[in-house]
Amino acid sequence: MIVNIGHSALILALFVALMQAVIPLAGASRNRKKWMLLGRRSAAFLFMLVSISFAALIYAHASDDFSVLNVVENSHALKPMIYKISGVWGNHEGSMLLWVWMLSLWGFFVERAKNLPLPLQARVLAVQGMIGFGFILFILLTSNPFLRISPAPLEGMDLNPVLQDLGLAIHPPLLYAGYVGFSIAFCFAVAALIEKKVDAGWAALIRPWVLAAWIALTAGVASGAVWAYYELGWGGFWSWDPVENASLMPWLAGTALLHSVVVLGKRSALGNWTVFLSILAFSFSLLGTFLVRSGILTSVHAFASDPARGIFILALLTVAIGGAFLFYGWRAPQVPSGAGFSAVSRETALLLNNVFLFTFCMTVLMGTLYPLFLSALDLGSVSVGPPYYRAALLPLLAPFTLLMGAAPLVAWRKGTLKNLSIPLTLTGMLLVIFFPLLREKPLSLLGFGMGGWVILATLHDAWKKTGNKAPRSYYGMVLAHAGFGLLMIGITATTLWGQEKILWMRPGDRVEIAGRQLAFLGAHERPGPNYEIKTGVFTVDGGTMTPEKRWYPVQEKMTSEVALQLKGFGLLYLVLGDQDTDHPERWAVRVYYHPLVLWILLGALMIAGGGLVSFTDKRRTP
Amino acid sequence: MKQIPLLIFLLLAGFFAVVLFKGKDPALVESAMIGKPVPVFDLPPAIKGKKGFASRDLQGTPSIVNVFASWCVMCQLEQGILEEIGRAEHVPVYGLNYKDTPEKTAAWLKKYGDPYTAVGDDRKGRVATDWGVYGVPETFVVDARGFIRYKHIGAVTDGAYQKIFKPLLAELRK
Amino acid sequence: MRICFLFLLLMALSFSAAAVEPGEMLQDPALEARAREIGKNLRCLVCQGEAVDDSSSDFAKGLRLLVRDRLEAGDTDEAVVNFLRGRYGDFILLKPPVENKTLLLWLTPLLVLGAGLCAVFALVRRKT
Repeated sequence: MIVNIGHSALILALFVALMQAVIPLAGASRNRKKWMLLGRRSAAFLFMLVSISFAALIYAHASDDFSVLNVVENSHALKPMIYKISGVWGNHEGSMLLWVWMLSLWGFFVERAKNLPLPLQARVLAVQGMIGFGFILFILLTSNPFLRISPAPLEGMDLNPVLQDLGLAIHPPLLYAGYVGFSIAFCFAVAALIEKKVDAGWAALIRPWVLAAWIALTAGVASGAVWAYYELGWGGFWSWDPVENASLMPWLAGTALLHSVVVLGKRSALGNWTVFLSILAFSFSLLGTFLVRSGILTSVHAFASDPARGIFILALLTVAIGGAFLFYGWRAPQVPSGAGFSAVSRETALLLNNVFLFTFCMTVLMGTLYPLFLSALDLGSVSVGPPYYRAALLPLLAPFTLLMGAAPLVAWRKGTLKNLSIPLTLTGMLLVIFFPLLREKPLSLLGFGMGGWVILATLHDAWKKTGNKAPRSYYGMVLAHAGFGLLMIGITATTLWGQEKILWMRPGDRVEIAGRQLAFLGAHERPGPNYEIKTGVFTVDGGTMTPEKRWYPVQEKMTSEVALQLKGFGLLYLVLGDQDTDHPERWAVRVYYHPLVLWILLGALMIAGGGLVSFTDKRRTP
Repeated sequence: MKQIPLLIFLLLAGFFAVVLFKGKDPALVESAMIGKPVPVFDLPPAIKGKKGFASRDLQGTPSIVNVFASWCVMCQLEQGILEEIGRAEHVPVYGLNYKDTPEKTAAWLKKYGDPYTAVGDDRKGRVATDWGVYGVPETFVVDARGFIRYKHIGAVTDGAYQKIFKPLLAELRK
Repeated sequence: MRICFLFLLLMALSFSAAAVEPGEMLQDPALEARAREIGKNLRCLVCQGEAVDDSSSDFAKGLRLLVRDRLEAGDTDEAVVNFLRGRYGDFILLKPPVENKTLLLWLTPLLVLGAGLCAVFALVRRKT
């Protein structure tokens, strides 16, 4: 019954989305207030309907309703409740419904916004409605989670054990909130093109929406990195997998957008570029959706694919992105040739920031699609893995970080570089102090130097400002940039100064790592909720570490649960390998020491946190 | 200038459409060994009562080399077709037994069919790596001069037989 | 504080948690180090995105052993990699080779950066 309600709600939502797409748009151009208000009602109603639909699907999973095909394919009665619920979006159909729910949620937020002129708001909601219509249609026609199976089997096929983790409850919702959040900037861009008004006022209105989506996407990407690396066991926090890249590209475009909006608001310049970036960011979100679900690329993240779905999404992309860019080419306002930028100025620095971010973005895009290009043109096959991205991007990171630290220290319009001298000196001193410690690996000096520069330059400027009341968004920037510096230092330390020991261990054996003694006491077995566990018991410095291997009988999969402990300035990371079949008391053990690895997490939190602080700045101009 | 994004996007979309309609499976790795001579090897017999085989056996007449294992579930599906191909096309079918044991292989062949002229024991899989094998089953078509002409990934189906193996073997016989 | 610690305990950021087993490792540390480096640059063909050094699949294991065998037999790093390239094609390399067909790929960052810097230059030189 509830499932039927959910299904019907979604069908009704399709028509409400259509209404939302058409009526407020007409209302705005004919200045019919009632029609524009109807657009707002539709958005609220749409949110309600999609929420009902989504809740119904969650209910079906939580109550083990095996008459629903989606539940059968992805769930199991013995699965813990948290994974029954988060498993709703651990598959293609359910995650598409999450996507659409996010869309309706953001639309609802726009509807609730009090500071938007009604025609603009109406137009934004109309474009949002078009997107919603397209995706709800996609779900109903190709990816319906409410399909039934008859007769209903007695049990489900369980969820991939690797997904039965807290990360599934956190990562996709945050990520989707970010992906879909950029649709609002997209809608604002199209609305601006309709009205032919791209000015500082528009920048002020769009800024909080860009910021909100950016915060969510930052948290989404970071949570994905954290999740994969303690759960999936193939190590690393980023592997340049196509789907990971698909989340990085909108983030890079979004970060560029965040910065260009500032220039538009402050100097009424880079208007067309800002509109372009607004379209681009969401286009990358859509591109990501296409890459993950069309079957065109292999990835550990990809859902099972279906060419029919691929074609439908490509059609959606063509209408949305093609349409927006067509509009852009046709209606982007003629740029009045005013004064240029001064060579040393804040606006030039921000423009350079955009150039670098855009370069990073295009490089990731090229790397992701290149194997596809070559194989489609029958030019053979290459694979583009981490070594390419490292070689292509790392050299550019140094000038980029230099800019990041320098830009806030340079004034608008006509700035000087004299504010840089003190932080530069401080950074130099820092490197001299750390030279003996780091000189064995010169690259780490560079990484420390860049991260240190950003932190010192940013904090020094903030310290100079104490006493003068700087706006909240300034402190948001300080926090975010300092966080980035921390992130860089953390990555440098862990990548270059990490330690590793791989060996056989019998009960009683010891091994030394990072100046500590790790002892193996033995292994024992016990049953878990829907898996069997083999636990290895280790002691180190008086504490215990218990890595596990879990066997999930339904899906016949083995996972490895890592054991972690804080030690000094880093983390000890312990993995229980295979048992030696010839000598069963022996186990393969892999233990790592990752110095400063938590600085990466802390840095990411500070970046998102900085965004949050800026978001609470209520001023109208950025 | 402002039309550039649209043009680039249309190019990209068109390209994606082509890829989608071609329908290639991105997980399949294309063989780098097509057109190259077979690697030099000499495999001992995998089971009692059947000979092993070596690279010199693949000279003189077109042949089929099938990489299989008793632990491979998909391999069960193709034994019938392999037998038919060997019989109807008059070509020897050699088995490369990949990371297996004699007892398990013998039992498996009894159960699922034995189309092989000879079966070589590739216990460690080294010879298979020389052939560029990355999974089982894989089947190669070798010409009379000992050059690899085609590699089939996955179980050989009747469709593959009719569309690929049959015409190719006919051509190689000329 | 306890919750914080627990939270941190539940999280980790790991890097290169390789899948190499102790039984595979060579006695000579210099050779083993070379083998690890090579393994980090080879793609596991059945894994969708992992390096041979990082994957616990049978295929990756086999390749790891093969690489070590060849290194012990005296092959140079380049010879080992070329051997595998000959068998599996360029797809097995995680770093695309620099050839005519990959020129566009390798030049992309420079081209885009160059274009961007030109635009900045033009904007900066514009007089009222």
